[in-house]
Amino acid sequence: MLIQALAFYLFAIILVASAGMVIAARNPVHSVLFLILGFFNSAGLFVLLGAEFVGMILVIVYVGAVAVLFLFVVMMLDISFSDLRKGAMQYVPVGLLIACVLFAELFLVYGAWSFVPGVEQNIAVATADFEGVSNAEVIGRVLYTDYFLPFQLAGLVLFVAMIGAIVLTLRVRPGVRKQIVSEQQKRKREDVLEVVKVTSGTGV
Amino acid sequence: MEDFNLAPLLPEIFLSIIAMGLLLVGAFNGNNATRIVSWAGCSGILITILVLLGIGWHKQTVLNGMFIIDEFSSFTKLLILIGSLGAIALSVRYIIDEGMERFEYPVLILFATIGMMFMVSSNNLLMLYMGLELQSLSLYVLASFHRNSTRSAEAGIKYFILGALSSGLLLFGISLIYGFTGSIDYTVIKHSLFIIDGASIGFTIGLVFLLAGIAFKISAAPFHMWTPDVYEGAPTSVTAFFAMVPKIAAMAVLMRLLFEPFASVADQWVQIIYFLSLFSMIVGAFAALVQEDIKRLLAYSSIGNMGYALIAIVANTPEGAGAVLLYILIYMIMTAGVFGAVLSMRRQGLAVTKINDLAGLSQTKPALAYVMFILMFSMAGIPPMAGFFGKLAVFNAAVAQEFYVLATIGVISSVISAYYYLRVVKAMFFDEPADKFDTSIPFARRVVMFVSIFFVICFVFKPSVFIQSSITAASSLFAG
Repeated sequence: MLIQALAFYLFAIILVASAGMVIAARNPVHSVLFLILGFFNSAGLFVLLGAEFVGMILVIVYVGAVAVLFLFVVMMLDISFSDLRKGAMQYVPVGLLIACVLFAELFLVYGAWSFVPGVEQNIAVATADFEGVSNAEVIGRVLYTDYFLPFQLAGLVLFVAMIGAIVLTLRVRPGVRKQIVSEQQKRKREDVLEVVKVTSGTGV
Repeated sequence: MEDFNLAPLLPEIFLSIIAMGLLLVGAFNGNNATRIVSWAGCSGILITILVLLGIGWHKQTVLNGMFIIDEFSSFTKLLILIGSLGAIALSVRYIIDEGMERFEYPVLILFATIGMMFMVSSNNLLMLYMGLELQSLSLYVLASFHRNSTRSAEAGIKYFILGALSSGLLLFGISLIYGFTGSIDYTVIKHSLFIIDGASIGFTIGLVFLLAGIAFKISAAPFHMWTPDVYEGAPTSVTAFFAMVPKIAAMAVLMRLLFEPFASVADQWVQIIYFLSLFSMIVGAFAALVQEDIKRLLAYSSIGNMGYALIAIVANTPEGAGAVLLYILIYMIMTAGVFGAVLSMRRQGLAVTKINDLAGLSQTKPALAYVMFILMFSMAGIPPMAGFFGKLAVFNAAVAQEFYVLATIGVISSVISAYYYLRVVKAMFFDEPADKFDTSIPFARRVVMFVSIFFVICFVFKPSVFIQSSITAASSLFAG
């Protein structure tokens, strides 16, 4: 238990610290690297909770794909981040005030939290007879049966996202030389080659 | 799961297959196929309407209680499908004229329609969210569909950022409600809330966040800030779609949430809806007075109209719910006609949208001027047009439950808003004629305008058909 508690505090402290550094770091590349550190630590927290599948997915998807994409974008876009940051400091007092108010409100809400009677029963419906089954299997069993319809809809949402990305970015530019395989196949020697007899001294 | 049955989902499944098939057709034939894809999409929607009419409408939940079908959901789906049909029919020529002829346009409208159909049939907060995202994502892309226009891109980005924010609010609210009740299923939430007296503060905050997220989608004040900018910046045909259809879906979701799972905590949400309604009516009436652009004017008008519809939700009765349905039905059909006319405002091949551009329309294009005249009178709620009956039903429902203040403010703001509707009429009939508009109005747009006018004028002869069917549909929410 002690090791678990120690691991929790280690992960939690590094997570909060790296989250702070994401905002505070001067160099945007460093921000993204701190973000990756944050993802790793939250994955560690998930593993501590016994949700090892979610933890691994977090590492694979967020670190492997999203953060690397961020890194590419940050490095390739020619944006002066220090210019963007200029004048941001003037919003700090207001931001802090709002954050404090929100924090106090959340504290009040969660401090006086109550449940409806029979909440255990409501929750139990979702987690029935999955004792001793691995994480991934539980998710699979629920996702493809009880949550079949939202799962399919998520597929449609991703499909629309793909269409949207293509609609908004694909442009047909004139003068772009594309490979047209059928034309290449159809090309015959007679169409492009001409054998000319050149008598010496006259030119073509 | 015991309740596995795909029959109630037939319209959605059918429309999804049509949408994906049309995307393939477009992908193989390129943007020349836009016209074919559009009309095939229209016929697809028509067949979906037939399928929807063919399946049984009795109350039933399927797929682990995720999906509900009843008279209310089917009625609103019918409205959504008709609205989408009108929106595609209105836009075919417009997108060609504007040089944004791409086959994805009708396909995205179809996907938005599918999302909305799932929204109104959701019986689970997760399903609600998925349907909402499917709809919103399609709408974000549609708003920035005119890629060469900065304004369209601006509209898309604004809509996207604020939409993402509102989705965040919605999800936070859902998480608090889940934390309180331990379930996201409407039926379970309903039973859980029924056995307690007085909800906890955490639940109330969750409810507020959830309602704020949905109020953003129906653009009720004070969550309306995005509406004028997005309506003005988006291509006019897309604005027509925005004004007609997504609001029906969001309104239906709101009604299902409030009258089914949250029925027993009515004293919590009545105040919220009360103020949303009050603010929306006032903002809609006053902010529209100074607008010069007709799209902006219609945006504020839609904010005000959502305020009127919300009055009847406050009443919290089957008659009130029926009045909401009747109101959004009439509003959708009037809006279709108005946008048919706005889309026809072109000069030398360019779209114009200022109110001044309508000056002297009665002399240059009398037919179009009279169409606008009738629709503006109906929007202002002047009898015997259909718009009057919508407002009458809504105010009646509020008065029956003794919400006199709300009804009075509704009537006052309705009178104020009559000023700006009539300003359009004044520009058309009494101002010096401006240059003539281009003459060609495509056949489909004429049909939409004709149907709209026909409905608005003839509603008075047979109002009971629509009033009865909307009340029947709405009372299925109160049945059990």
